[in-house]
Amino acid sequence: MSKFQVDENGYYGQFGGAYIPELLYPNVKELEDNYLKIIESDAFQKEYLYLLKQYVGRPTPLYLAPNLSEKYGAHIYLKREDLNHTGAHKVNNTIGQILIAKKLGKKRIIAETGAGQHGVATATVCALMNLECIVFMGEVDIKRQSPNVARMKMLGATVVAATSGSKTLKDATNEAIRDWIQHPEETYYLIGSVVGPHPYPDMVARLQAIISEEIKWQLKEQTGKENPDAIIACVGGGSNAAGAFYHYLDDEEVKLIAVEAAGLGVDTGESAATSQLGQVGVIHGSKTILMQDEYGQITEPYSISAGLDYPGVGPIHANLFESGRGTFLNATDDEALQAAFELTELEGIIPALESSHALAILGKLDLKKDDVIVVNLSGRGDKDMETYINYLEARNK
Amino acid sequence: MSKLNTLFQEKTNRLCSVYFTSGYPELNDTATIVKSLEKAGVDFLEVGFPYSDPMADGPTIQESSAVALKNGINLDLIFNQLESIKEEVNIPLVGMGYLNQMLRYGDEKFCQKCQSVGIETLILPDMPMIEYKTIYKDMFAKYGLTNVFLITPQTTEERILKIDEMTNAFIYVVASSSITGAKGTISEEQIAYFDRIKSYKLKSTLIAGFGISSKDTFDTVCEHVNGAIIGSAFVKYVGENGVANIEKFVKDIID
Repeated sequence: MSKFQVDENGYYGQFGGAYIPELLYPNVKELEDNYLKIIESDAFQKEYLYLLKQYVGRPTPLYLAPNLSEKYGAHIYLKREDLNHTGAHKVNNTIGQILIAKKLGKKRIIAETGAGQHGVATATVCALMNLECIVFMGEVDIKRQSPNVARMKMLGATVVAATSGSKTLKDATNEAIRDWIQHPEETYYLIGSVVGPHPYPDMVARLQAIISEEIKWQLKEQTGKENPDAIIACVGGGSNAAGAFYHYLDDEEVKLIAVEAAGLGVDTGESAATSQLGQVGVIHGSKTILMQDEYGQITEPYSISAGLDYPGVGPIHANLFESGRGTFLNATDDEALQAAFELTELEGIIPALESSHALAILGKLDLKKDDVIVVNLSGRGDKDMETYINYLEARNK
Repeated sequence: MSKLNTLFQEKTNRLCSVYFTSGYPELNDTATIVKSLEKAGVDFLEVGFPYSDPMADGPTIQESSAVALKNGINLDLIFNQLESIKEEVNIPLVGMGYLNQMLRYGDEKFCQKCQSVGIETLILPDMPMIEYKTIYKDMFAKYGLTNVFLITPQTTEERILKIDEMTNAFIYVVASSSITGAKGTISEEQIAYFDRIKSYKLKSTLIAGFGISSKDTFDTVCEHVNGAIIGSAFVKYVGENGVANIEKFVKDIID
């Protein structure tokens, strides 16, 4: 039994569990009783892997980025999750969960979204499976990620604006949970990250684990060894990081580097670097590390990246942080923007703002020329073009 | 015996509870609200601890919580407000908040404070039953506190019986809005649900909370369970009208 995997009670060390109102208990219990049975069944595996291959386009390439490698003096591989259908790793999870929802006989799918990538990935699989789809999205995020809002609408989803709190991912999640409470029987809540009550963090991690499963054989194929020296991934809730780390959790010679969004800077009061600013608490149904004041009121995070703009972190990551298994670094808005332009200029790849945070720490690592580093390029930058163009124009002034 | 259990021994029907959001509509309204509600003949009170992310609450209580927090309310102020009227108030108090507030405040210190200001029961809707059993039941008991669990139309009989077993105050019977009738009425499904729970012959007092907004709904619900909680309707009233005429508002519903 891995000490970094979920235990039989739904905990990662002291983190995780299911801190939910009674109103959600039957739904969560139904999922808990069934998710492993479903995921491990031959029928599920067959359909999941078929869709990942023929619909999503997996396996995604593991690309040795020559110019980036030269610049940073190490072998830097990019795991190209940006090349997935819908433009990010999120679809690995939505394909899996929609099959589970169907198996449970659910008719109505709800989801929260930050950057809109999970919303698009959910709307996509709902279109594919002909299920009703409602996506909750913070009002602020609706404005800053408008291309994804348009995609969700074209895919037939109803996008509901969350107008409470900071009007971002946390608030969208609150609204999704409230909707679920109101529609307990026919509705399936398709959570997009390794957050929420058990079994969600474990379920989402398992569905994203395909990322590290592929990295292992791809790296072996290309270098003769399946273990890199380090894997770098950005962390908001932490689903792409969970997927990229999953099969390496117990290979302790592989350094796992999680990069949080520092916003304007960790100590500016405008940040989303949860591990640096948070304490143990309960958010969205699980015990984890979260940003809060002395009375346990959850504080509003800030990041330029809607996908990382979250005051908590998945319990799997809270445990990696606390145990020291994970190395938690962070990058500011500005560093992420620079990294996005750097990757674009050097490799001809426009990354998502979220993934740019992971890229942004390459310059802060003490790399040696034989080091093999994998950066999980979790998404592409189409949705962030407005932010990028504004930055470019401001820079050129 | 707790004040609440003494009350439940003396009175078994038309028990009325009112929920209020501390620090709302104004920061220092708590004393007026508590005293007026006691005077109006309310049987026990739910003191709401405003929370930034109240996931089990509807829009009215969410909004009032946000305003209260903006007004500057926090747990220490609430405890101080209750402490200052402790001698004048005799009505049983139930504290209602979220687990994270207690965790961050320090669970034991939180319990101690509750006891010292006269709170003897807590509703923490995101408290897992297993965690209560293994950790908090004993800690609460040490400070004369007990926890209230919620049940909904989806809660199984087996689980209801477990909850009844663990209950030392009352069971909060939530009629989830998926079966709530037209606004301001109690549906046939809700009545069937109340009667189904009654048929289990539970030892605990049953208090319904959800959609009790008028004399009609209060009367109907009280025909089926031991009493009812007026929550959002009260919060909405004080939000619109302030705290001057609370007594009349409540009397119009419960008399």
